[in-house]
Amino acid sequence: MALTQLSLAEQLVLTLAALILFTSFLLLAQNRIVSLIHTFAWQGVLLFVTTCLMAANSGRHHLFISAGLTLALKVFFIPWQLRRLVIKLDIRRDVEVVGGPSLVMIAGGVLVLFSYYVVLPIRELSFLASRNTIAISLAVILIGMLMIITRRKAVAQVIGFMSLENGLFFAAVVATYGMPMVVELGIAFDVLVAAILFGIFFFQLRSGIGSLDVDHLNRLHEVDR
Amino acid sequence: MTALYLTLLIPLAATLCFAVIGHWKQAGTLNLLVCLATFGTSLQCAVEVFNHGALLSPGKLFYVDAFNVYLLLLNAFVGLTTAVFSRSYMAHEVEIGRVDDARMRLYHSMYQGFLLTMLVALTTNNLGLLWVAIEGATLATVLLVSLYRTPESIEAGWKYFILCGVGIAQALFGTVLIYFAAERVLPGTDDALLWSVLKQHAGELEPTVLTLAFVFLLVGYGTKIGLVPLHNWLPDAHSEGPTPMSAILSGLLLNIALYAVVRYKMLIEPALGNHLPGYLMMGFGMLSFTVASILLHRQKDVKRMFSYSSIEHMGLMTFAFGIGGPLATFGALLHMIVHSLTKSAIFVTVGHAAHVAGTQSIDKIRGLIRTQPAIGWSLLFGTIAIAGFPPFGVFTSEFLLFTATMKSWPWLVFPLLFGLGVAFAGLFRHLQPMVFGEPPAGQLPVKANMLPVLLHLLLVLLLGIAIPDVLSRWLDQATIMVVGKGLL
Repeated sequence: MALTQLSLAEQLVLTLAALILFTSFLLLAQNRIVSLIHTFAWQGVLLFVTTCLMAANSGRHHLFISAGLTLALKVFFIPWQLRRLVIKLDIRRDVEVVGGPSLVMIAGGVLVLFSYYVVLPIRELSFLASRNTIAISLAVILIGMLMIITRRKAVAQVIGFMSLENGLFFAAVVATYGMPMVVELGIAFDVLVAAILFGIFFFQLRSGIGSLDVDHLNRLHEVDR
Repeated sequence: MTALYLTLLIPLAATLCFAVIGHWKQAGTLNLLVCLATFGTSLQCAVEVFNHGALLSPGKLFYVDAFNVYLLLLNAFVGLTTAVFSRSYMAHEVEIGRVDDARMRLYHSMYQGFLLTMLVALTTNNLGLLWVAIEGATLATVLLVSLYRTPESIEAGWKYFILCGVGIAQALFGTVLIYFAAERVLPGTDDALLWSVLKQHAGELEPTVLTLAFVFLLVGYGTKIGLVPLHNWLPDAHSEGPTPMSAILSGLLLNIALYAVVRYKMLIEPALGNHLPGYLMMGFGMLSFTVASILLHRQKDVKRMFSYSSIEHMGLMTFAFGIGGPLATFGALLHMIVHSLTKSAIFVTVGHAAHVAGTQSIDKIRGLIRTQPAIGWSLLFGTIAIAGFPPFGVFTSEFLLFTATMKSWPWLVFPLLFGLGVAFAGLFRHLQPMVFGEPPAGQLPVKANMLPVLLHLLLVLLLGIAIPDVLSRWLDQATIMVVGKGLL
């Protein structure tokens, strides 16, 4: 089906999905910590816009509440807190060398293909071009995981984790108009607590192993050496 | 119904209270009393379900049936006995200055918070809330794993947080997919994630979406069960956290995650009409069982060794639920009980043993039976029980599992027997010198309350000799719920 045959709202959602995927790739490649946090906040903004669009378009007004939660948590609170911690721990100027950047980007591309391959058998499509959107949300989740694997700095891993959560949120919003309210609130609470705990962990890591580099976490082994 | 609400409200209130008064000298005793109250109400709840059948709360948010109520009771019971142990254990830790007031507040508050999240996970009817509660259980325990703030414990905590966080995120994606499938059948309602509703409409859900969802759910909750290859966090978290935490992590949390997987299997397998979820569970279960029993041999830390034994048993249970059928399911349900009773008893004993020896290193724990016979014998009998010797209950459940395997997959009995043999050798090879060896000079007994251990091991023994009629009928009801056919 050609893009122009879809309704305007559907076209917008697809564009936003593409942009969210794009920010995921930006996160994957970005090696300055502060820019990483900003990119993450922009991803949150895109998610917020998508949620609002879905809420307005479908007339399910409880989605506005979850849009508000996204705005508060993903756009303001978490980036603000991460930024504050980065300044406090004085790692603002840290540049992380991502090992084999081109290889990582290719791996990200492969993950996108893989996501499309996985959702291909889903026959039934809902109002939205949901095969596309589900595939993209899965790709965002997998790229978040890839980011956690390839990064060595704790802060970057946390951003990977949170961007993975963004992928989940996106999936919930575009595939099903958001989860039921009680679940939505529960998830937001969990994300909030997780964000606070990550902050506590940064300080523990700093005082315990003297660095936020997870390569230094090498004391526990599967078997004794 | 009141009993159910109280079961959830008591730990909630205690979580909040302990955040303020958790460092009191009497907080340990108070913790114990709170657990006792929770146990009382959950017992009441169990009696209600036993007499009147499944309960559904008015808002449809909570649902208790034969399957989850027995786990509810088990949870409250192990929470209670571990609180008995935790009281003296943590008092000792405060005495030797390993934890300060702020951390005691955190500890007690999160102890109750952890129990709360698990009780919510068990009783909720909403599959989304199930996810929220299990993620909450991770968040509640993650700071407890790094409670001692040693580099090792911080490493363990970080690994636990990241691995379980990422793992459980997969389960949320699976839940979203389930909701996506359900929305098409039940458009525009908020009921589409309710277990009781979904179960009725299982046949109408889109099979391709369900298959995809189950894979994600198994990977997600499987991380929490500790299935190989997603198990790396488990030995670290168990060995570095305070011992009461290891006891309830191993005895309860793993069960809850398995419970979640089985719930989804109950929903998805009949809808698919094929046995794919079962095969996946069998594969992962067998892999975990084998790998963990081999890795058991090369451990130096006693708590790590027993956490590998937990992975092994969880693997066995996952395998058994995967086989399906009344016999295997009955065996697996029984195994859930006996494993968590035995394993928490072992962790309690190991905690005391580590206090006696002043270390958790297997090489340095020696001659327990001479220094403090109660601990030595408990460790010996606990290990005998967990290795699956008669007359303990683990033998009974493993025997049932083997019979079921023999019936449906005869050739799989060989790897199972091999795994059990290897695990047995691994456990006893390390146990022998710890219990019978020459105690180092100057090793003194410690003040230990062996009541929880005794109670657990006696119960396991009882279950091995004669399963009470009430319990077997109860488990049979649960089996009917899970596979549609009873054993008795």
